[in-house]
Amino acid sequence: MLTFTLRRLNLFIFTIFLLTLLSFSLSFLFPGEQLINISGQINATPEQLIILAEQYQSHNNIFQQYFTYVNHLFSGDLGISMASQLSISSEIISVLPATIELTLVALFIAMVLGIPIGFIAAINHRKATDNIILSISMIGYSIPVFWLGLLAILIFSIQLGWLPSAGQISLLFEIEQVTGIQFIDILLSESPYKWQAFRDASAHIFLPACVIALAPATIFVRLARTAMMDVLDSQYIRAAKAKGLSFSQLIYHHAIRNAMVHVIRDVGLQFANLVTIAMVTEVIFSWPGIGRWLIESIFQRDHTAILGGLLALSSFIFIVHIITDFIYAALNPLARDSRHGT
Amino acid sequence: MSILAVEQHLLKIILLPFLCLISACNTDNDESLSNNSIVYCSEGSPESFNPQIVTSGTTIDATSNQLYNRLISFRGDKNTIAPSLAKSWHTTRDGKMITFYLRKDVAFHTTSYFTPTRFFNADDVLFSFNRILIPEHPFHQVSGGKYPFFQSVSFSNVVKSIEKINDYTIRFKFKYADSSILANIASDFSVILSKEYADSLVKKNIKREIDTLPIGTGPFKLKKYRPGAYIRYATHQQYWDKPSTLEQLIFDITPSNTGRLTKLLAGECDVIAFPIAHEKIQSKPELELEAVTSFNVGYLGFNTLKPPFDNVKVRQAVALAVNKQAIIDTVYQSKADMAHSLLPATSWAYNKSTLPQTYDISKAKKLMAEAGFPNGFTMNLWALPVQRAYNPDAVTMAKLIQADLKKIGISVLIESSLDMGSFLEQLSKGEHQSVLLGWSADHPDPDNFFTPLLSCSSAKSGNNRTFWCNEDFDDLIQQALQTTNVTQRKEFYSRALTLISQEVPLIPIAHSKRFQARNNSVKGELLSPYGGIDFSRVSKN
Repeated sequence: MLTFTLRRLNLFIFTIFLLTLLSFSLSFLFPGEQLINISGQINATPEQLIILAEQYQSHNNIFQQYFTYVNHLFSGDLGISMASQLSISSEIISVLPATIELTLVALFIAMVLGIPIGFIAAINHRKATDNIILSISMIGYSIPVFWLGLLAILIFSIQLGWLPSAGQISLLFEIEQVTGIQFIDILLSESPYKWQAFRDASAHIFLPACVIALAPATIFVRLARTAMMDVLDSQYIRAAKAKGLSFSQLIYHHAIRNAMVHVIRDVGLQFANLVTIAMVTEVIFSWPGIGRWLIESIFQRDHTAILGGLLALSSFIFIVHIITDFIYAALNPLARDSRHGT
Repeated sequence: MSILAVEQHLLKIILLPFLCLISACNTDNDESLSNNSIVYCSEGSPESFNPQIVTSGTTIDATSNQLYNRLISFRGDKNTIAPSLAKSWHTTRDGKMITFYLRKDVAFHTTSYFTPTRFFNADDVLFSFNRILIPEHPFHQVSGGKYPFFQSVSFSNVVKSIEKINDYTIRFKFKYADSSILANIASDFSVILSKEYADSLVKKNIKREIDTLPIGTGPFKLKKYRPGAYIRYATHQQYWDKPSTLEQLIFDITPSNTGRLTKLLAGECDVIAFPIAHEKIQSKPELELEAVTSFNVGYLGFNTLKPPFDNVKVRQAVALAVNKQAIIDTVYQSKADMAHSLLPATSWAYNKSTLPQTYDISKAKKLMAEAGFPNGFTMNLWALPVQRAYNPDAVTMAKLIQADLKKIGISVLIESSLDMGSFLEQLSKGEHQSVLLGWSADHPDPDNFFTPLLSCSSAKSGNNRTFWCNEDFDDLIQQALQTTNVTQRKEFYSRALTLISQEVPLIPIAHSKRFQARNNSVKGELLSPYGGIDFSRVSKN
């Protein structure tokens, strides 16, 4: 386990190095002054600029500059937003939790929907059920998310009026932002309308989360189906069958657990995909998350925010990868000893 | 267990959480919170929370009537001036002095950032106006020192001084009589701030907060503002007039017009600003579309100094040849009233008997011949390619006029390549022959249409783009300003309007409407023909 952890740590450090190198070089490649791109001080007076140049060691060689930049990053200073003149790190802290919440709920929906359906398909291998599930998942995977999002709003918000179309929670409820994760904040709040707020937040998250969940769910269907088929084909299942176990015992006690291990490994890989889909969905559903914030920054040519946002988002995805790797390793002792990265 | 049973079991596992979620989504019977709150989807973030320092309609909508009161205000269909923070007032016969008698029981907002210890009094009035008038005032330069509305009505030229007689009496002295001054004091911009709050900010050395964390006497107080997201107002329970029956008022800032429409249709907003897709809204029984004709006018102005429009007969001929109905149908998509005079029909000075210029080609041709242009001529027409409240599409309007005037032999060259800045600059130099322009009034006093648009003084300053300077007309509007007798003023203005329709320095084309859509559950008046919306008398059931 120690070697596994060290190997992951190694990979983490190297990736962070590459990411910071990329964002540092982007600050030169973006139009405008590098110092302003990196700090976001668009209204700085000449005196302030001199102080800034001092802070970022602009007169020193490029390695020194890079080193200072990384120092700034690790002390939590990502500069200020060119558009709002607020600190980027505080803006990211206020928008990132909303994205985490949305992607986690979407991931949950995708797993809860996709994996059992995949198992059902595997059990019915080469029968009508299998074919129907496979075709539907193919269609689901091919639908563009922005179109699906608009369609969902049109049907469920406008035509049927069942679910709200925008935002995290109705503005009627006054929920103080503590953790940024709406559900936790609601439970922490002292509002007399707590449970109403909770229901309202669930209604708000349902539609965007389902839209995000669709594509990963279809992938889970196929992953779970393949994993289950492999397991059902394996020797120990045959042995168990020969021992006279009933079909349900076979599935519940042996097949599902073993098939799940393979699926978990891919959850982490799906996470990056999920966040990309979430960024588009956030714009459609006006979800106050990092995706919408980043896309708005791109529209506003807010270079500092783009740099900081990219860095934060990619490190976040990377950290999630590592965490799922650890979970996988904990579930599957074989993986800990594998020589090469998974 | 068979294969089937296993499948059923797995399906149950899938569906269970969803069933739980959806059942939780069902709206609760206890909707007390949404019954006591109104969500208004507005079109943008306010620039500031002080109407004194802005002109943008978005800011006025968000702040003026919600957070503040004025000494006096406009009331009723005819927009007569009614008491507000001043319970009565007295104007001297020469019109050079107005004394206001103030209410005694007016409480300022108590918020998380300020707790007032005293009621409203004359010091607050003095503070609010002196901030604008006196450049040396400690708060004059806070937030830039610009008071655009007051500068446009040359407030500091009219007001000589403001004196506190006692705690509840205040006297305004003027350099000369100007009967539109009451309308200026009643406008959305002339709000009353709290001096006590200002003093406390001076002590803490955070003077800027006076315009960002507002304290007023209005029906709502600021609870929370997140730029680009929302403004949350709570009801001011100690409001001197009837406190609102609402618990909170929320401005949901939604710049995209499809976004606002979606939120209205999905029931997330109770009221939305500037709706699109009017037919869709009208087709829903639970929604209502409202419109009010704004105090504005879109017009075709002639440069009366340049030939051929120095000839009144040519101007009259053009006025007869322009098909206004076609313009209203096409350019305004019927979302405007045809203008019969410079003043909209909702103004108290509007006079039905003023003869409107009707569409009549043969008469126009006759006038052209009389003016010495039987075969017509070539003219230029300037149009700004920017959407304005009074004219959504000046270029299309110019093309329609081009086609109309062809019928009487005039060929029109449309000039629309300039940007706003140079367009206005070259207009004030008088380089145009004719121009499509407009005017949005700041308050309902009729003078706001006459003096800025057509007086000799504004012809000199270049604001009067027709450069029409008629002494009779100037006398009439001056006389109208020197009296406070409404019947007399109406008489003067009606003569002025007749003069305009005879002399035709400009052709009024349309008064555009402001639209708003709301859910049926929201009751009460919201829109007025001028200035911002007002939620103080709105309720929900």
